[in-house]
Amino acid sequence: MNRRVTVAYLFGLGLLLLAPMFIYPILVMKVLCFALFACAFNLLLGYTGLLSFGHAAFLGTAGYVTGHALKVWELPTLLGLLVGTGAAALLGWVIGSLAIRRQGIYFAMVTLALAQMVFFFFLQAPFTGGEDGLQGVPRGTLFGLDLADDINLYYLVVAIFAGSFWLIQRAIHSPFGQILKAIRENEPRAISLGYDVAKYKLLAFVLSAGLAGLAGATKTLVFKFATLTDAHWHTSGEVVLMTLLGGMGTVFGPLVGATVIVTLQNELADKVGSLVTVIMGAIFVICVLAFRRGIVGESLALYKRVIGQKPL
Amino acid sequence: MTEIFGVPIQALFGQLMLGLVNGSFYAVLSLGLAVIFGMLNIINFSHGALYMTGAMLTWIGLEYLGIGYWWMLVLAPICVGIIGIAIERLMLQWLYKLDHLYGLLLTFGLALMIEGLFRDLYGVAGQPYSIPEELSGAFNLGFMFLPKYRAWIIVASLSVCLATWYVIEKTRLGAYLRAATENPKLTQAFGINVPLMVMLTYGFGVGLAGFAGVLAAPATQIGPLMGSNLIIVVFAVVVIGGMGSILGSVVTGLGLGIIEGMTKVFWPEASATVVFMIMAVVLMIRPAGLFGREK
Amino acid sequence: MMKRKLLTLAISAMLMPAAGSAMAQAKGKISGDVVKIAVLTDMSGVYSDLGGKGSVVAAEMAIEDFKAQFKPKFKIDLVSADHQNKADVGSNKVREWYDTQGVDMVTDVLNSGVALAVAKVTTEKNKIMLNTGAASTRLTNEDCAPNNVVHYVYDTYALANGPGKAVTKQGKDSWFFLTADYAFGHSLEKDTMEAVKANGGKVLGAVRHPLNASDFSSFLLQAQASKAKVIGLANAGGDTINSIKAANEFGITKGQTLVGLLTTVVDIHALGLQTTQGMMFTEGFYWNLNKETREFSRRFFSRHKKMPNMLPAGTYSAVMHYLKAVQATGTDDTAAVMKQMKATPINDPFAKGGKIREDGRMVHDMYLVEVKKPAESKEPWDYYHVKQVIPGDQAFQPMAASRCAAVKK
Repeated sequence: MNRRVTVAYLFGLGLLLLAPMFIYPILVMKVLCFALFACAFNLLLGYTGLLSFGHAAFLGTAGYVTGHALKVWELPTLLGLLVGTGAAALLGWVIGSLAIRRQGIYFAMVTLALAQMVFFFFLQAPFTGGEDGLQGVPRGTLFGLDLADDINLYYLVVAIFAGSFWLIQRAIHSPFGQILKAIRENEPRAISLGYDVAKYKLLAFVLSAGLAGLAGATKTLVFKFATLTDAHWHTSGEVVLMTLLGGMGTVFGPLVGATVIVTLQNELADKVGSLVTVIMGAIFVICVLAFRRGIVGESLALYKRVIGQKPL
Repeated sequence: MTEIFGVPIQALFGQLMLGLVNGSFYAVLSLGLAVIFGMLNIINFSHGALYMTGAMLTWIGLEYLGIGYWWMLVLAPICVGIIGIAIERLMLQWLYKLDHLYGLLLTFGLALMIEGLFRDLYGVAGQPYSIPEELSGAFNLGFMFLPKYRAWIIVASLSVCLATWYVIEKTRLGAYLRAATENPKLTQAFGINVPLMVMLTYGFGVGLAGFAGVLAAPATQIGPLMGSNLIIVVFAVVVIGGMGSILGSVVTGLGLGIIEGMTKVFWPEASATVVFMIMAVVLMIRPAGLFGREK
Repeated sequence: MMKRKLLTLAISAMLMPAAGSAMAQAKGKISGDVVKIAVLTDMSGVYSDLGGKGSVVAAEMAIEDFKAQFKPKFKIDLVSADHQNKADVGSNKVREWYDTQGVDMVTDVLNSGVALAVAKVTTEKNKIMLNTGAASTRLTNEDCAPNNVVHYVYDTYALANGPGKAVTKQGKDSWFFLTADYAFGHSLEKDTMEAVKANGGKVLGAVRHPLNASDFSSFLLQAQASKAKVIGLANAGGDTINSIKAANEFGITKGQTLVGLLTTVVDIHALGLQTTQGMMFTEGFYWNLNKETREFSRRFFSRHKKMPNMLPAGTYSAVMHYLKAVQATGTDDTAAVMKQMKATPINDPFAKGGKIREDGRMVHDMYLVEVKKPAESKEPWDYYHVKQVIPGDQAFQPMAASRCAAVKK
């Protein structure tokens, strides 16, 4: 990471550590889960150029597996999170191997359809509780701290988010990340340079699915609950929206996008009811038509125009 | 009652018929998607929402304006077509130069807006719509009970598919259309107004969705979610069939509807996922789809 | 260097809120001097006609009546929200209510999936849930929480036994179920199966459908193929209405009897007597029982334009009973109020001599009703013949059969 990003990262981390004194911690944890989800998604869309319309499948899978691991197998909390993340990565490998056989729009449709299949599986599988969801997942303890206390859990969630965020940055700036960008910019050229493009795409897909899974596993821990909503295509659409609104292919874009969308939904739900969906749709349309670089992307461009130099 | 494979023949044919009905919807919707894709190179995510709009308009027409089913069968697709033309003119046309994924994202946003709007107005519970008098009742064929309205859905949608195929493959207008799909610049040079054709194609494609919506209205609950649940299956149908040919999408749609219906008889648990499983298999064997061409 | 400095700063910041969170909860008599009641219900979905806005209206009426009668010193607030029939939406909303809004009691909570989730949050936060909407017997058995949750109006055991016995005794002794695929449907299916078997009938199978299904025809064809004499509809609200309609379209009603296991007066109103005549089921309230119910129901009708079924009527009763307990004890402390509520019998338009049992089950009379023929109906909403008043101790599962761990001896 370069210096400016590091400063922003640490500043943001400081804010997060102080946040529960002023804001309802459950809300912040929800934002962080979705922010991690969006960051994972951005790794695929923003840096590899693959639009997956089925990422909710990974969020949901990890949620259910972690929930089951903690509730039925009674695994320790950290191990439960790991098992869920692993399951999502495995599913990512299966779906990814199928989906990368097609490109562009077809890729989006295939991921959407396969995610819907996963959704129906969860709807019918006995261990998920179907419509009722997997309820009463225990949070457990960590290093002797009782995670049932919201504040204790809060700092675990912050640690998970900060760690994953850092990992994603490392991945993007590594040689691996550079190759992904090369694929995004010009796939035939990457092939002609001798890279096994399919392998790199699949790897990016698995990494993204795994991190999305970590977000889902954490969310289960926060709400003690794994539900079908997490695996529904609406959620897949939401993460696209968060990334698009924040700025795809930017470091902080998904975080900004997730914060805006989750806060908006939380604030508006009681006031306007179902019109929330209309507002989400409208934001989508506006972003696509006039605002394709997103909040962070446009701000950077503005900064560049005003200062007249490259900001990052 | 006679039985086949331990299943009463009446249930077997009943499910077969319901499969054909669903297949008819798949066929009309995937046909619309294919026509739009051919011309505009975008996947119209709002297709399901516009199908729902067609059904909703049918209900609104009767509830508030007293316009009956048969009039709405003509009016609703036209209204949906006009909405489509407005969408194309106001929004979609600015995206043709960009990555095609933006078209998908835009129409996804529109789908959310349309769905949310109807949800806000009428709730998610679904509105009932009675079957028109001419088509109520059923034929008792002895081995099965065939409600007249379901039979009408199959006949009407297949006729529309056939007519569309005829227009595109056999008429002068269709020839222009195919030419514009193949090479828009050259076609434009021959003096054909390509942007106009693009606009009308989109209007026609979503009009088909509206038509399917009217057909569905008396057979199902008219609710804001009816489109989105269906459209994802139709996407899978499109991936399986490939969007190369018009007849291909019709045949795939019908075939998958029947397979789904039969799954309900022999393995009910899998009936919600069978289309997606077939899609996965097709992707492994023939990634371009059954009727698709490798580019 | 700077990096390390910031890091230490951050870590030291981490320790601060721990002190802040230890904020002592005010142990006053009534927290915040406000008794806050929340109605969580389905405002726009398949069940919205059962409870929904009607429950909110009933809760408002109860608060007004209570204020007029008792002139309480404390303030009473009412909030409400739509859970969209999603367990996660419901439980997250309730968690937020308890954590940030100071809600003391939540009621209605129809949809068993939502109710089970909300019951868990309520127990965790030690608040009160007076469930007047959800049906699953799990709420007083496997998932019971007798110190926090009261199952107030009806449950799947009570629904199952009336028709399970009456219909089977008519010689319609083979059943097939069309079941809503979640906690409520599963409970209702299980309890009815047991009732049918106990009365000498047999069960041929079941098919599950998703909540708010759009098309019932293929499920009904499966039911038809079973050749059972009775198709039991273990679903509710819009789903029941649509199943009955589809059964008519496919001519299924000619050979088989449909029994809507959870049917209320608003469903009959939606379907019309022509379609529903002769149907038998159990309901916990009927507006036209006596002078008191008529008086209450007409008042409700003037505000909501619908006669109350057992859900709003029960919600009215529950809110009233809760407020009386708060008035009597002078506190909104959960344990004290629960104790008072359990100690006091319930006498109001909804229940006569009702009593909250130690497992949280509110026991009161239920009614086995038969839907009138169109010619027999003398006025709008005149729909039922009350065939039998089932006394509370027979209507509900006996304590001896309880699977509730907290009250087992």
